[in-house]
Amino acid sequence: MTGIAGVKPGTRGRLRPAWEEEPSKAGLASKGVVLVLVCLGVLFPLWVVVVTSLSSVKTITETGGLVVIPRGITFVAYQELLGGGQVTRAALVSIGVTVVGTLFSMTVSIMCAYGLSRTGSVLHRPLLVFMLATMFFGAGLIPTYLVVQGLGLTDSYLALILPSALNVFNILVLRAFFMSTAQELIESARIDGAGDVRILWQIVMPLSRAVIAVITLFYAVGYWSAWFNASIYLSDPDMLPLQNVMNQLVIKQERPTGLAQVINTGHLSPLAIQMAVMVLALLPVAVLSPFVQKHFKEGMLTGAIKG
Amino acid sequence: MSLSTEDRRARATRTPPVKTGGAERRKGRAAGGITLRHRLRRDRTLILMTLPAMLLLLVFAYIPLAGNVVAFQDYDPYIADNAFQSIAQSPWVGLEWFQQMVNDRLFWSSLQNTLVIFLLQLTLFFPVPILLALFINSFVRPRVRAVAQAILYLPHFFSWVLVVTVFQQMFGGAGLIAQTLRDHGHDGIDLMTDPGLFKFLITFEMIWKDAGWGVIVFLAALASVSPDLYEASAMDGANRWRRMWHITLPALRPVVALLLVLQVGNALTVGFEQILLQRTAVGPGASEVLDTYVWNVGITYGNFSYAAAVGIIKGIFGLLLVLGANKVAHLMGEQGVYKK
Repeated sequence: MTGIAGVKPGTRGRLRPAWEEEPSKAGLASKGVVLVLVCLGVLFPLWVVVVTSLSSVKTITETGGLVVIPRGITFVAYQELLGGGQVTRAALVSIGVTVVGTLFSMTVSIMCAYGLSRTGSVLHRPLLVFMLATMFFGAGLIPTYLVVQGLGLTDSYLALILPSALNVFNILVLRAFFMSTAQELIESARIDGAGDVRILWQIVMPLSRAVIAVITLFYAVGYWSAWFNASIYLSDPDMLPLQNVMNQLVIKQERPTGLAQVINTGHLSPLAIQMAVMVLALLPVAVLSPFVQKHFKEGMLTGAIKG
Repeated sequence: MSLSTEDRRARATRTPPVKTGGAERRKGRAAGGITLRHRLRRDRTLILMTLPAMLLLLVFAYIPLAGNVVAFQDYDPYIADNAFQSIAQSPWVGLEWFQQMVNDRLFWSSLQNTLVIFLLQLTLFFPVPILLALFINSFVRPRVRAVAQAILYLPHFFSWVLVVTVFQQMFGGAGLIAQTLRDHGHDGIDLMTDPGLFKFLITFEMIWKDAGWGVIVFLAALASVSPDLYEASAMDGANRWRRMWHITLPALRPVVALLLVLQVGNALTVGFEQILLQRTAVGPGASEVLDTYVWNVGITYGNFSYAAAVGIIKGIFGLLLVLGANKVAHLMGEQGVYKK
């Protein structure tokens, strides 16, 4: 992300071009304050959540609820949550659905994007239109529900993966990138006798690593954050993923099953449990997204503007 | 949806393998000088690769589209074992559900809520990413910009359950702000259960979650402006505000128009998951939008036919909105979502 054009990112020191006015001290300071406030607006709630989840019952009662300054760090809440039981099971379900779903989505999307990336090929145009048309209409909740039911997918994890497996927008972004890989490379590989599968696997995909990383993150976050499909298609509470369990524990204020005793005896604050569940839900996303961050721009732009 | 120039260029450069056997020559030719059968054979790998995706789209986008017929039926899920068989056996009722909808007070109130929330989004949410982008763009140090962006993007990746939860812990009756107020002898507040504030609350949640993410597109548009323009106008004596007015803002115009079109096209789809999660706290009077109404009538009460009818009306008006907004964008001289 180049700042002012012509100046390489990462260089320290003055970057302001010579013709631009030097900002006033007061202006610079107030801008800094605003920036810090905006960033705090995002980070402060998360900080409170993390710190509260790590606090002992004593600290939480003393502060009358939510903790801002960490004191007496303890991992009790996490030990209880991850020591088997409802939340552990839900977390495993979420991880499983996310991993399997993302792999499935990426495989299908990459193949489709490559299949549609060669614009001179037979059926290229009808297939592309068949896909693009779905961006303009949504079939609606009820008929989708009926189809999932009719296929017998209710009460199976497939209902969490198949109906939302594809995002046409993501496929378009991948396709745009595949099309921008140098045609000379592909042609020369073809002359050397490589088939389409080999070209995709050994030339196009390695060259598109950045965008593949971004799209993988998008799909993974989608699966990780999903709760609605589970709420309408799964009736067995033991099958519910983490987001649904978090919804029950925090928004609906239910107690986690199997933990009532620890809470009632005062070993564990129900609040710390709630916050710990939230940390479990946000952790993977917060850890992974910064790694892919530097590629967001290209990915978004190809999709949003050129698409 | 015409082909981009890139498509056309690629089409022109793709050279078909030259194999002109006598048999093919006699059977007539498709474009490129070889028969369709030959081309199908040549591109079979490409077509096969798209098949899984096309199958998924067929099953989960096109077949449900046909499934909308239940809106013209008195659909009875218990008439047969399977939803498909039930559809086949349910009696037809014509437009009865649509007539019922016109007389349904709840339908109109959910439509009203939807439109009010859309207008709030348009006025309160939409400008925020633009202002944030201008703000971040005014910092020259790459390090500052990168850190600010990293922090601002973060909430976009949080689930709605998490965002609503965070808000509840901050602004709810047992949340941080209420507790602090109580500790200092004031009455606690509970923004989460106040029906009057609900629409502002969800707009604010939306800003917290997605405004930072929206910045990306605008920052990219700003980065593509030639610095020569700024330098030249500075030489001509334009100060920083005039440069912003005459160079920066016009550069954002196409992107703003595009996103505005997209936003208007989605006017009837406002924060479904987000609202569903908070619906019980404030009651349907303040929070019911078309999507949650469909969910409630169909999934909760099992009145699939009526819910599907509402869904169809929503879908039709949604499509008209996209097309209309795009038309306006074209009239304004902008490109819109698709080309003419």
